[in-house]
Amino acid sequence: MPAIKSLEELKRVREEALAKKQMKAASGNIQVIVAMGTCGIAAGARDTMKSVLNYIETENLSGVAVTQTGCIGMCEQEPILQVVIGDQAKVTYGKVNAKVAVQIMKQHVQGGLPLKDHVLPI
Amino acid sequence: MPFYRSHVLVCVDPECLEKGAHEVVDALQDELVAQGLIDEIQVLETSRIGSCSSGPEMMVYPEGVHYVGMTADDVPFLVEEHFLKGRIIEKFREVHKPIVDEELGPLRPKEVRVVLRNCGEIDPMNIEDYLAVDGYQALGKVIGEMTPEQVIDEVLKSGLRGRGGAGFPAGKKWAITREVQDDPKYMVCNADEGDPGAFMNRRVLEGDPHSVIEGMIIGAYAVGASYGYIYCRAEYPLAVETLNVAIAQAREFGFLGKNILGTDFNFDLEVRVGAGAFVCGEETALMASIMGQRGEPRPRPPFPSVKGVWDKPSNNNNVETYANVPQIILRGADWYSSMGTERSKGTKTFAVGGNVSKPGLIEVPMGITLREIIFDVAGGIKDGKNFKAVQTGGPMGGCLTEEHLDLPLDYEALSRAGSMMGSGGLVVMDESSCMVDIARFFMEFTQAESCGKCTPCRVGTRRILELLEKICDGKGEAGDIEKLEDLCHEVSRNSLCGLGQGAPVPVISTLKNFRAEYEAHIYEKHCPAKVCRSLIRFEIQAPTCTGCMVCARNCPVEAISGERRQAHHIDLNKCIRCGICMQVCNFNAVSVLS
Amino acid sequence: MYAPAVESEIKTVVQQAIEKHGYGHDALIPILSEVNHALGYIPAEAIREVKRQLVYPGDGTFVSQGQLYGLASFYDMLATQPRGRHVIKFCENAPCHVVGGKAIWDALRETLALENGETTADDKWTLLTTSCIGLCSVGPVLLVDDDMYGNVTVEQIPEILRSYE
Repeated sequence: MPAIKSLEELKRVREEALAKKQMKAASGNIQVIVAMGTCGIAAGARDTMKSVLNYIETENLSGVAVTQTGCIGMCEQEPILQVVIGDQAKVTYGKVNAKVAVQIMKQHVQGGLPLKDHVLPI
Repeated sequence: MPFYRSHVLVCVDPECLEKGAHEVVDALQDELVAQGLIDEIQVLETSRIGSCSSGPEMMVYPEGVHYVGMTADDVPFLVEEHFLKGRIIEKFREVHKPIVDEELGPLRPKEVRVVLRNCGEIDPMNIEDYLAVDGYQALGKVIGEMTPEQVIDEVLKSGLRGRGGAGFPAGKKWAITREVQDDPKYMVCNADEGDPGAFMNRRVLEGDPHSVIEGMIIGAYAVGASYGYIYCRAEYPLAVETLNVAIAQAREFGFLGKNILGTDFNFDLEVRVGAGAFVCGEETALMASIMGQRGEPRPRPPFPSVKGVWDKPSNNNNVETYANVPQIILRGADWYSSMGTERSKGTKTFAVGGNVSKPGLIEVPMGITLREIIFDVAGGIKDGKNFKAVQTGGPMGGCLTEEHLDLPLDYEALSRAGSMMGSGGLVVMDESSCMVDIARFFMEFTQAESCGKCTPCRVGTRRILELLEKICDGKGEAGDIEKLEDLCHEVSRNSLCGLGQGAPVPVISTLKNFRAEYEAHIYEKHCPAKVCRSLIRFEIQAPTCTGCMVCARNCPVEAISGERRQAHHIDLNKCIRCGICMQVCNFNAVSVLS
Repeated sequence: MYAPAVESEIKTVVQQAIEKHGYGHDALIPILSEVNHALGYIPAEAIREVKRQLVYPGDGTFVSQGQLYGLASFYDMLATQPRGRHVIKFCENAPCHVVGGKAIWDALRETLALENGETTADDKWTLLTTSCIGLCSVGPVLLVDDDMYGNVTVEQIPEILRSYE
């Protein structure tokens, strides 16, 4: 990325970033987002993340993007994991340990059915 | 996967469908086939591109052009103009409006998120995520349309005050730093968030580092600074890492460095990591630490805005103050000052901890009451217990009671009540907390963190702590309360910096609001909350005890005796009052008395 | 990992730290932090070495041992005494205290038979308290080396300690 040298370029870069963001939703991709703030990590988010990545590898899943985000502000529910399928609304799960993560991957990411027990009301 | 040079997203929400979205999609497909473009351009159905009020709506990427009100009949024209000739059709184009309030979806009741708007929403390690939510647009606006004076004026008008706790108007500080005739000038960001229980800055640094960086760049433009330091505490390794990644990305995109956005404005930034000293949150100590010295405060004036890092003018604000700035620039001072009270504008983040059902980090408009925060936002007191006290403002803040719960929260109201805003820590205590123990606790903290430079703080805090320990130990005597009051007064008045001046506040406020508890400890040798070990005893209630022997097995000093299936007994001479028996009992047969 | 540092190692560590952070005055704390991280603490020899190596080209020595020791003793994260192979840092601040931190602290002291600041005879563990690490909402919290543990219960402690066998 060459440095932005004008306001027009800045505008274009923003549009591109927006486009990329909307593309993620539009192309039917699945995003799995793990909250990896320090509070999340202390509550075991690294294990959750590992478990998600492992599952994707062993099941050979494609079209699933795993990303991270900061603390979402419900620390008592950490580790927190979110699933976004295509342009559907984001589903946020609380207290997702490695085991629950596997269940979510199986039932929600692969099966399309959210795991009611762990969904947070936000 | 085939490669498309362009993607067209057509909204198929009910409203757009009614206006013929499907027909548009079909017409597009047909026209693209007819023009031989179907392998280059992909048509996708999606939802919620805009408000759907002037549908059908569509987005064309990579240009990111938003078209509205197009019908199937317009499609051949669109394909010819846009995809064959590469011209944007202005008459159908919808110009983007800035993000509006309802998109800052509150996570909890009564929350309004300005500083935390992106935390948990974007990937902090990816600058494009920030750009997609209007990141660095405020910087563009400032550089393209505003003079430094206009920027300062806007911040001044917004009413933004220092979120580090002192509440000095940010715009005023910027103006002072700008006026000083000296070169170079520095921007300093205080990210040495040391107050126990306060972690809102950590969340911003870890979750949305670019908002702080953008705020600092805008500030640098306004005051005329060319270099900046973010002083982050070493206890936040992830925040340091995130900041370093963000700074590198900002540099790559040309938001930091020489000739920012093609102008002659230069500014760069580095993270300085602390090494574990609470007092470095004090601005003069912080700057000493940046310069490689012991983090000891010095008397002010001169203030950092005049003589700061390397004796040059240095504008020091904290993380939250800077993170507010891009939003103030984008949405305007009037929007920001529409929230809050007469003298405290905008929102404030608080870290709510202690005995509440939903602890965590919140952002609320100034002027909200403590009651609303504790009971509505944080879900009330845990385990059905009763509210007893709330300590605001960190370890040097006061403990407030039931009677203060309905105060509108602003800088002045809190200081009138005998506490302070501080950086925004809120520790909520239920009836099981002993206020003398709490005061001792905070004193232990400030005493340990005293840097030792001035005598009132170094010695005075130690003497206060000794008195409190004596009282908790059941050895308090008549006259101790008065001695405490005297000491607190002297330490407050004579200490060099905010640490010593504030250290006695928890003691002063608990003496004022919970004096009876001190008196009970001293005169009746009784701890009403049943916390202070020397003043309590554990007893096994014979009727409820099943004789399961769990407590006896777990007692570290073998003070519990009794036969299986017979009521057990605690030998008070051996008992060290650790409370393990009470924790392990499955039948609630152990009670604590005072 | 934190065996007593040998002289040649100290030399290299100091040299690398200076190369990384530069010769400026403002590099002193980063250099000491780097040494502390590499050796587990800052031995007296390392302070001498920093003084020896930190010279302005052409300008002679510009930092005294006293100044360096002053920094090392002022900042909590810099240690002037050797520490165990694993350092446990327990947060004993108010937010963790009110959610049951005391019981965890007692259990740690009891299990390791250590008081604050002490190291076990086999040099395996050092027990310390730490300033607030901002994880209050998942308190009680403890750190073992760089690993964070939140929502700690007394029952978990043996398990956590065992994982560092």
